[in-house]
Amino acid sequence: VICKLCPLSPPPAKYGGRHTVTLIPGDGIGPELLNHVREVFRFTCVPVDFEVVNVNSALETDDDMNNAITAIRRNGVALKGNIETKHTLPASVKSRNNVLRTSLDLYANVMHCQSLPGVQTRHKNIDIMIIRENTEGEYSSLEHESVSGVVESLKIITRNNSLRIADYAFKLARERGRRRVTAVHKANIMKLGDGLFLQCCREVASGYPEITFDSMIVDNTTMQLVSKPQQFDVMVMPNLYGNVVSNVCAGLVGGPGLVPGANYGHVYAVFETATRNTGKSIAEKNIANPTAMLLASCLMLDHLKLNDYASVIRNAVLTTMNETRLHTADLGGQGTTLEVVQSVMRVIQILRRIRMHVADLPS
Amino acid sequence: GKKLICVLFFSQLSRVVGAAKNETPQSRTFIRGIQTVTLIPGDGIGPEISNAVMKIFEAAKAPIRWEERNVTAIRGPGGKWMIPPDAKESMDKNKIGLKGPLKTPIAAGHPSMNLLLRKTFDLYANVRPCVSIEGYQTPYTDVNLVTIRENTEGEYSGIEHVIVDGVVQSIKLITEQASKRIAEYAFEYARNNQRASVTAVHKANIMRMSDGLFLRKCREAAEKYKDVKFTEMYLDTVCLNMVQDPTQFDVLVMPNLYGDILSDLCAGLIGGLGVTPSGNIGANGVAIFESVHGTAPDIAGKDLANPTALLLSAVMMLRHMGLHGHAKKIETACFDTIRDRKVLTKDLGGNSKCSEFTEAICQRMKDMD
Repeated sequence: VICKLCPLSPPPAKYGGRHTVTLIPGDGIGPELLNHVREVFRFTCVPVDFEVVNVNSALETDDDMNNAITAIRRNGVALKGNIETKHTLPASVKSRNNVLRTSLDLYANVMHCQSLPGVQTRHKNIDIMIIRENTEGEYSSLEHESVSGVVESLKIITRNNSLRIADYAFKLARERGRRRVTAVHKANIMKLGDGLFLQCCREVASGYPEITFDSMIVDNTTMQLVSKPQQFDVMVMPNLYGNVVSNVCAGLVGGPGLVPGANYGHVYAVFETATRNTGKSIAEKNIANPTAMLLASCLMLDHLKLNDYASVIRNAVLTTMNETRLHTADLGGQGTTLEVVQSVMRVIQILRRIRMHVADLPS
Repeated sequence: GKKLICVLFFSQLSRVVGAAKNETPQSRTFIRGIQTVTLIPGDGIGPEISNAVMKIFEAAKAPIRWEERNVTAIRGPGGKWMIPPDAKESMDKNKIGLKGPLKTPIAAGHPSMNLLLRKTFDLYANVRPCVSIEGYQTPYTDVNLVTIRENTEGEYSGIEHVIVDGVVQSIKLITEQASKRIAEYAFEYARNNQRASVTAVHKANIMRMSDGLFLRKCREAAEKYKDVKFTEMYLDTVCLNMVQDPTQFDVLVMPNLYGDILSDLCAGLIGGLGVTPSGNIGANGVAIFESVHGTAPDIAGKDLANPTALLLSAVMMLRHMGLHGHAKKIETACFDTIRDRKVLTKDLGGNSKCSEFTEAICQRMKDMD
């Protein structure tokens, strides 16, 4: 591929204009989808080099994870597939994905759920931003069996982390011109824990008078989401409710194959599909939907300030989505992963040609 | 004389049908006579929807006698909050109860009434069948699933501590005993109600020990019920799939919090709490069926309420008691009225009164005879 077709003026970057990003293939459909991302990046001449770090989910030792975490610390940014949590391993082996998030303090999980024009769904006009606390809550992994047959699992809510995530949510809402932030909780039952979370949200809300703040109990939230999802704008919540709400919303806009997810910390950022599925049953069959992973890679490019590349790839992906005959099985079609990726690259080619012609026109 | 013989005949028929169809572990087949059921009308719209149900049952000639009781909490000897002794006595005697919505006390200092009832009768299983209602359109059609939620422990143990200022710990409790009990109930329910599969919903990838224990107990119970298919699915995967294709689910069993969220999500699929029945199964054969919507104080006493949820819960109660004939009759009349769309309460999209809706159902049943 001749790189004179690439966009002009490379953005500021480390080490000679190229970024190094950690790539964790993970299990299931992760490896094949990430390979496609690399293909598309190569085709588009994206100035990103991937440092691949494999994590073997079948091993009990932490060496693989430690390597991965070190690599991400070094590079600052990662793109990953989901790492399977094998139930055959003892309970002391925690979910690797969770370990990654907590070690790197990726405290905000951000997911933007939007109805896509080319995808048929029961509900239309959905545009919800979900901000989920990503490090504590029910995912604290603090469990013990004090008496035989009685297990206690601790859910930790702290003022610091609740303030932090609420702050993130409101800042993001303000940045994107969003009008309303809804805190999702179960403070009627978990009075102290979720009560603290809610209180922190209220405190932060008082500093953003232009944004409406309200709250909703999680069970009512899911009920509202399946009947009238258009009422929601930005939602902020602790870890587990975030898991539920983000999966419900992903399902509402068309499924796990479409929505990208991002995990942000103060220092590091890791990008993946929003619903974090391993997709074991469809792995290596050329039927997985590459959209979510490709869009996640675009989010990563935005984070690296390579916005032009991000736009080109994103436009190509969304244009391809409009083509019903290319829809993969999860969208009810018969398209293959490869067909989708090839279409994306074709559209990128066309977009670049248009850009070149526009650049060549006399001013 | 003739009336009693008719009632006996119907009861006999129901018993035969009941024995042929299913026998829930705590179901009671009534060979002769009227069965007494404790009725707790509740607050707000509770009394009027309870009246509607009583009227409909009368029109259906259901062999039920209602014993009305109030469950406002009182302070017992020793200062502990409890339900009034006459209410407890009635429930212990009758075993079966029907309950309307109860007010959540804000001040008053006593715990939620639902919690008190749960603790008093050890109501360990909350069962919610969610079936799409023809005539009440939602974006989801053909929903036909049941959520069975463990209702005594899990995340709702109520045990919370402030560890240091700004750090709160909430304890989720999972015990072998409670998990075993709910798992076995779920399979028993599936078998008795001709359901093909049971899916355990969990997050054992994150909560390895607690949900792991729950899952193990479900797997063990599955071994004893080989005629029922058993699958396991992560909570997030269930949520994801549920909103895309709810028809893939049958019976779902899960711990408390997931059950709370999922049962409300499923209620949302079929049209909300105003049309969703619910039953609570307790130890010692006690079962309390209830509507799970609120007391709606803004429309209380105005003859505007929709009695469908309480009515369908009462139908669930009849099935539990083995009175399938009456259950079918009332349910059909209710669904036909809704499908007809001529007489509907406001929340269902019409502008009829509660009494008019009730009358329409009663009329249908008279026409059926």
